[in-house]
Amino acid sequence: MLFKLNPQAGQPLYLQLMQQVRHAVETGVLQRGDQLPGIRTLAEEIVVSHNTVAKAYSELEHEGLLEIRHGSGAFIAAKNRKGSRSERVRLAQERVHALVDALQQEGFSTEEIRRLLEAALFYPEQIETTR
Amino acid sequence: MGNDYAIETQNLTKRYGRVEAVSGLSLKVPHHQVTGFLGRNGAGKSTTIRMLLGMTHPSEGRGALLGSPIDDAGESREIRRHVAYVGEDKELYGYMTVQQLIRFTASFYADWRPETAHCLQRRYELPSERKVRDLSKGMRTKLALLLALARRPEILILDEPSDGLDPVSIEDLLGTLGAATGEGTTVFFSSHRIAEVERIADRVCMIDHGKLVAELSLDEMRQDYRRITLGFATPPPEQAFGIYGVRQVRTSGRQMILSAARNANGIVELARSLDAVSVDVAPVSLLEVFLETVKEAQ
Repeated sequence: MLFKLNPQAGQPLYLQLMQQVRHAVETGVLQRGDQLPGIRTLAEEIVVSHNTVAKAYSELEHEGLLEIRHGSGAFIAAKNRKGSRSERVRLAQERVHALVDALQQEGFSTEEIRRLLEAALFYPEQIETTR
Repeated sequence: MGNDYAIETQNLTKRYGRVEAVSGLSLKVPHHQVTGFLGRNGAGKSTTIRMLLGMTHPSEGRGALLGSPIDDAGESREIRRHVAYVGEDKELYGYMTVQQLIRFTASFYADWRPETAHCLQRRYELPSERKVRDLSKGMRTKLALLLALARRPEILILDEPSDGLDPVSIEDLLGTLGAATGEGTTVFFSSHRIAEVERIADRVCMIDHGKLVAELSLDEMRQDYRRITLGFATPPPEQAFGIYGVRQVRTSGRQMILSAARNANGIVELARSLDAVSVDVAPVSLLEVFLETVKEAQ
């Protein structure tokens, strides 16, 4: 499993890692019983602080998504509703495509659309107040 | 100074003649974290590190590593067993071969881990029979890092460790440093390469002209620091933005750029109530924070 964190994304790295694990479980790329690398190994691999991976793992364990067996590593614990879930992700993807198409036809640039989507995702409160 | 911090200094000052290389520096470096020590060339990073290691004496102020004063000769010898340093003086023992230097160093430390040394030597591709003086700068850094990590130090201090390394080796070095806290090591490393620090540091201390100008957690920075660009149809109401969380305001025509350390929501709300016609909120990078902080300090 490959994870890629962006130090400049305006979101703590441990949260990015948690989301990527969650996403992989939701789509079925990671499944119940699959093993994740040890904290140290993963930290070295993706070149982040050990504390970043430790925090992400511990929160995911708290959520019940990950089971940490001392000495033997971290395992995906959650049942994934793979078929239905990946189907829903595919449908969601189609809707996003449609939305992006529509905005492009209205003359919005790729950059503008990217910013609008980012704003909606990362600063929902700030958008609320604008209405 | 107690043992609450791995490294702590109070009012640490170093004068060379009339020049203050470090002036009134108060640092707090928490245990088991990776702390980046950022500053321009000549900002006082190396002098600070040399004082921490007892290589030069402070003109004023004090400091402690693991709770022990840095300029107490007796204690500092004891403390040095738990502190490893990778820095400028990589030329020592140039007449020894890599293998000889590893054995020689191992003989000083009861808890030396031969398997770690072995594993790192292979990974760093350090030729056993080569003399230390014949190693490239990058290889000497790797050797110093190997010697440091095989001791499993409580504190690992590095001065510009990536200097002279090629990109592949830098990647390797950063991975190793980031992971080192997993073994209970506190990592404190100076660098002027902000992008490197941004990837692996938990916290950052910024120094400029010998003074501490900022100290922050990178997770907090990612979570809370924002650049907010506001457009107005009338001259921007600059004075109104002296509110909580605003670090800096720049105005250019009808546009304002605010840098916020927190309270981005409150600032946006205020902007809306003042009829801003466009609002753009973006995360900031460590480079931006650094540049702003250093400019402000001037």
